Amino acid sequence: MTTAAENLLYVRREEEPILPPPGRQTGAVGWMRANLFSSATNTVLTLLALALILWIVPPIIRWAFTNAVWSGSDREACLTAPDAACWAFVKARFGQFMYGRYPLDERWRVTLTGILLVIGVVPMAIPRVPYKRETVIYLLTAFPIIALILLTGGHFHISLTLYGTIVALGCLGTGLAAISAAERSPMLGGFVAPAAVLLAIVASIAGLVIRGEAGSAIAGVSTVIVIACAAIAFVAGIVAIMLGGGGWRPLVLVWAGVAAALLLCLLLSIDFGLEPVETSLWGGLLVTLVVAIVGIVASLPLGILLALGRRSRLPVVRICSVGFIEFVRGVPLITVLFMASVMLPLFLPPGVNFDKLLRALIGVALFSAAYMAEVVRGGLQAIPKGQYEAAMAMGLGYPAMMRLVILPQALKIVIPGIVNSFISLFKDTSLVLIIGIFDLLGIVQLGFADSNWAAPNTPATGYAFAALLYWVFCFSMSRYSIFMERRLNTGHKR
Amino acid sequence: MAIQDAAPVRLNTRPAALTFLYHPTVRAIAFQTILAVAIVVFVIWIADNTIDNLRRANIASGFGFLSNRAGFDISQTLVSYSSDSTYGRALLVGFLNTLLVAAIGIVLASILGFLVGIARLSKNWLLAKVATVYVEIFRNIPLLLQLLFWYKAVLSVLPSPRQGVELPFGANLSNRGLIVPRPLVGDTLYLTGLAILIGIAVTVWVAIWAHRRQMATGQQFPTLRLGLAAIVGLPLVIFIVTGAPLGFEIPALQGFNFVGGVQIKPEFLALILGISLYTATFISEIVRAGILAVSHGQTEASYSLGLRATPTLRLVVIPQAMRIIIPPLTSQYLNLTKNSSLAVAIGYPDLVAVFSGTVLNQTGQAVEVIFITMLIYLSLSLVTALFMNWFNKRVALVER
Repeated sequence: MTTAAENLLYVRREEEPILPPPGRQTGAVGWMRANLFSSATNTVLTLLALALILWIVPPIIRWAFTNAVWSGSDREACLTAPDAACWAFVKARFGQFMYGRYPLDERWRVTLTGILLVIGVVPMAIPRVPYKRETVIYLLTAFPIIALILLTGGHFHISLTLYGTIVALGCLGTGLAAISAAERSPMLGGFVAPAAVLLAIVASIAGLVIRGEAGSAIAGVSTVIVIACAAIAFVAGIVAIMLGGGGWRPLVLVWAGVAAALLLCLLLSIDFGLEPVETSLWGGLLVTLVVAIVGIVASLPLGILLALGRRSRLPVVRICSVGFIEFVRGVPLITVLFMASVMLPLFLPPGVNFDKLLRALIGVALFSAAYMAEVVRGGLQAIPKGQYEAAMAMGLGYPAMMRLVILPQALKIVIPGIVNSFISLFKDTSLVLIIGIFDLLGIVQLGFADSNWAAPNTPATGYAFAALLYWVFCFSMSRYSIFMERRLNTGHKR
Repeated sequence: MAIQDAAPVRLNTRPAALTFLYHPTVRAIAFQTILAVAIVVFVIWIADNTIDNLRRANIASGFGFLSNRAGFDISQTLVSYSSDSTYGRALLVGFLNTLLVAAIGIVLASILGFLVGIARLSKNWLLAKVATVYVEIFRNIPLLLQLLFWYKAVLSVLPSPRQGVELPFGANLSNRGLIVPRPLVGDTLYLTGLAILIGIAVTVWVAIWAHRRQMATGQQFPTLRLGLAAIVGLPLVIFIVTGAPLGFEIPALQGFNFVGGVQIKPEFLALILGISLYTATFISEIVRAGILAVSHGQTEASYSLGLRATPTLRLVVIPQAMRIIIPPLTSQYLNLTKNSSLAVAIGYPDLVAVFSGTVLNQTGQAVEVIFITMLIYLSLSLVTALFMNWFNKRVALVER
């Protein structure tokens, strides 16, 4: 049987071979026609862009590479090519750019700290590597202590008063813990222990605030009262819990905290035989990284608290948080740094002196906390209301709800935002040079202010080098943030 | 039976006095009282320490110093100022300089930012790549570094005016800054100005009339062409008829410096350049994100309704993109204003450099000086935020 179609002679029987696409639409030519010269406007734009590139790029290449001076020991070398970069300057000053004026023989300590940091951060940043919890614990507990001891040399002078204060706080904590046992021993747990705690707080406030001749008398009395109250709170708390028959958990937590604090003080006061290095000798990339990392680590918990405060139902808490956040976000960082460097010493009791770097750190941390709070708030607002309601329906209290349900989700969403604010903080650290701290930018400036290297091309070379370093850090972090965003986005995209 | 073996259920038998402690309202009040007391005590403690420290250091307090003689000069002033003026006057000079930088910076950064943002979305591969490279370079380098670079590595090492870079119209770029011709205003120039105002008024009126007519009848009116004619053409005619009453004083080289013309200081130039190039990268990202956020269906719907590319952009894409763009744009404008305080690093006399720098050093009244500085920036932020919120409300999507 043959179908009607097969009898028709004009119907093609076999397939025609596939022709290659026209040459103008494929390959380099086709690509250029589609992407560069698709229309008259596009052609003009392409030519303009090409002109711009030709105008800018060759001079830069000539400046940075072909004409540049690569070796030399002082300004004479730089002056041989005053219209090009003088990389000899960067080579000669490289150590200073990294470590500042940190003593030469002690620079291994900074390097070691850097290696320890990388050991912690790299596994943290790669999603596939396991043991995230352990890494976080290392980064937030062991590493800061080791870094502090390595960088400063440790061997801090820690007064007995501090040890006493820690123990007294532990005793008062015991008193507070006794409240949980109050139902079995209403007298001790419900009344004596809290009353002693309250009295101790009032006495210490009075000791702090009242000054002058009356003050010195009151200060002595208040110390005695605080010690007595702490002792009473401790005994009352222990007895109340014993009578109450259990509920030792809060007590264990309190004294674990006390033990940790005492251990920290002890560690910091031990002499490890490291030569002490004052922070005024720190500089270069070291200071930039210290300010940026301390700023971000300190601002994260503070920012979370402020964000929670801003969304709180309690008016006083909310007003305080909003006030702080909006105030800090409304003023430039430079005024906050001025405030930290000029006004902070005025705020403290006479005789208490603060390290200059520490003052800058406090300023930077408070500043970035306000921005961090807004980032975290974004995450909190993105969590559906059902999550809050479900957590409450499960009977979780506010702290448990936040810790177990809301924050883990909210913080995960805002990881890119946190990285972004870390990038801007990293760039903002350069402002500390205005209050006289020699960070990377400051030390570069100090470098070409030196008469040994006074040449017309050293400033540009120094700035170019600093810019390259900052750029590498910021650009790689921004790429990382994009990578995390993509990773976290899976499943939410339609 | 198993049920009888089970331990007796312990009922919640807290004494009445303790359930009181677990009452939400009681807890709320207690927490807030503790916080309020802690803050008040902290503030009192700080104030007490400050007063004590100031007394020890013999520093005066109060705002009386604002009417004292300043005794220092400021290199760039918008209002009359001499070293005999008061600290208050110096504050005003610094404040106006900050406003000047912020205003010019915002205009330049917006123009560049919008252009670059659109360029990044261009179908032209080369243009998009050039824009991307610009954004990625300038966004990831600290602003302070860029300012110092422009000031110390570019503008300061330029040759002296004699060998300066010659620019068109007699302008000259040298280590003394940019020197441009000074406009000489003739007597009858105000007529041209008047013509421009009349042109604007006519255009606005015609635009309203044409819009109404289009709403009623569907007929379009070439408002744009008429507007151009009214705003540019009419003043041009008047300008020529009145005998072109505008001349330029071309700066002339005399000895080692220029005479005549307007000198734009290198500090100012570096600050404007740095701050505009830096902020423009952020604005371009905002613009790009805003345009990308308008769904492609909107464009397609517009085309299928018969609108061409330009009206589609003007009537469909841009109004929707603006809604997304404006809130972050506001915060970039505020950032730019706050970042202008970095002027202190290159010696441009802005608010921070004049007031928190020189005045603070001379008077030593850190608390008052920093308080005033912060207050000014805060109110600037607040005013901008209020204005932009109002504007945002006007363009925001009206939902249900």
